[in-house]
Amino acid sequence: MNKDVVYLDNSAVTRIDEKVLEAMKPYFFDTYAVATSEFAYTMGIEAKEALEEAREKIADSLNADANELIFTSGATESNNLALKGIMYNQKEKGHLVVSDIEDFSVLNTAKKLEKQGYDVSYISVDSKGRVNIEELKDSIREDTVLVSIQHANQEIGTVQDIKTIGEYLADKDVLFHTDATHTFKRIPIDTREFPVDLVTISAHTIHGPRGIGALYKKEGIKLEKIMDGGFQENNLRAGLENIPAAVGFAKAVELITEEENERIKSLRDKLIEKVEKEVEDVTLNGSREHRIPHNANITFHYVEGESITLHLDMRGFAVSTGSACFSKSLEASHVILGIGGDHERAHGSIRFTFSRYNTEEDVDKTVAAVKDVVENLREISPLGKKGSE
Amino acid sequence: MSSPYSDKVIEYFQNPKNVGELEDPDGIAKEGSPACGDMVQLHLKVDEENQKITDIKFRSYGCASNIATGSIITEMAKGRTIDEAKEITWQQAADELGGLPAVKNHCSVLAVDALKEAIRDYEEKHGLVKEKVDTTIEIIKERLKHVMNPIHGLDVLKTNLIENIELEDKVITVIVDLAEDHQFAPVLKEDIKEKLEPRWDIEEVLIKYRE
Repeated sequence: MNKDVVYLDNSAVTRIDEKVLEAMKPYFFDTYAVATSEFAYTMGIEAKEALEEAREKIADSLNADANELIFTSGATESNNLALKGIMYNQKEKGHLVVSDIEDFSVLNTAKKLEKQGYDVSYISVDSKGRVNIEELKDSIREDTVLVSIQHANQEIGTVQDIKTIGEYLADKDVLFHTDATHTFKRIPIDTREFPVDLVTISAHTIHGPRGIGALYKKEGIKLEKIMDGGFQENNLRAGLENIPAAVGFAKAVELITEEENERIKSLRDKLIEKVEKEVEDVTLNGSREHRIPHNANITFHYVEGESITLHLDMRGFAVSTGSACFSKSLEASHVILGIGGDHERAHGSIRFTFSRYNTEEDVDKTVAAVKDVVENLREISPLGKKGSE
Repeated sequence: MSSPYSDKVIEYFQNPKNVGELEDPDGIAKEGSPACGDMVQLHLKVDEENQKITDIKFRSYGCASNIATGSIITEMAKGRTIDEAKEITWQQAADELGGLPAVKNHCSVLAVDALKEAIRDYEEKHGLVKEKVDTTIEIIKERLKHVMNPIHGLDVLKTNLIENIELEDKVITVIVDLAEDHQFAPVLKEDIKEKLEPRWDIEEVLIKYRE
């Protein structure tokens, strides 16, 4: 029934690839044992081998060693583990630095740490969503333990200069975590080239299964376990290993190619170009230059985002908006407000995110529908009328 | 598929009735603001003989419940006397639409407020306010609840944007906690004046800014 839907909410979650699902199946029906030690029964040993092979493949794609990768239940857990795990491991309650526009799994973890007595600095971003590096440098103190700056933003797609940030922090002996949920496999991350200590990645954004992610942790860095229980994941994350999902994650990593990223980028570029040409009074949110290939975020002035998404939904298009009305919290996007946008700009913002399954035709159909919907809503709106507002 | 909206809300959202403005309206109102994400504008024509609303138009910037309520309220008010129309409640509008999601209360109540404000505007402009009540600080505050703080999208009182209100010799002075050169200062000034100037016993509304 959703076959004909043009799905452009791929930063929320992607459709799983059939090849990924096929790769996972044997670990549900055939080799379904837990990962055991090499002295246990055969099915458990095979399961363990599959898990370690998946770990190695994923680590490889980050140019990391397999023992530097901790499997988690997804990006949220990885971010929690990075921040809490590092901060809890200090003798004294240290200082943490994050940006204003991080994902809630970083921001709300930082807020919780603040409640527990840790000091947190929040770094502002410029009008394109790039972290103010001078402000970041000024925030570093004697007791700064960790800086967590996302690789790219979930809503506006702005890519941060993590190389410059990482080099500065390495010099100051401050640990650096980056949430790469929205860049992993879309733009390269080389943990040997980028001076980064912890990296969050997830399968749900790359046509893998949901419910699995990982935290890269550079060899030698200590962190405190936050999920207590057994000794899994090098005694850093307790809980039954999700072997089918780990195998699926590795398969998803393998399937993403440079050509695919190029193709997705060209679809995205076409959408922006057409919208800017065909619809009046629009603003592209974020940076044109430093942007992930699959994201477009556009404000349609004088109209409200929930109305746009509802009309689009009725016509078979799935997109999301930064409008307060759309969210469960009824709060306007903290990202659009963070880049200095006013509430009107947040309320009228629409995020289009592309994937492997989008086509040229999707772009044409989407732009035509958006144009029509926005024009109709502007007919009703009291704003933007010539001679009035 | 389960939508949070009733079929009737969706119907009005897709095909709103009475959209637009009126030439020389007898009463007008604008409730909400782009900052809070919802705004309704109403224009009224009233027959002076029998005090019936002969024509009514609306415009809406907002979500589906805002658009649908704006539309239904125009249909409910048309043909009624202003005294009857004043009695229309949010609940009646919601019932007429086959129910509204509770979280959308804020977006949909604006249309009902706008109707009341447009009638009040008509009454004030036509000297119909029966018992002329003297303006008090309480009345001023009540009116200012309808002015939105463009930074937060909530009303100016709730967000402590109003530092003080003075009332002396038919002059209201509103002191706002905002610098005069702030990007939102002119909009705010206009909104405050628009709400307070129609009072029968007020000659001037002054806005003072933070030093």
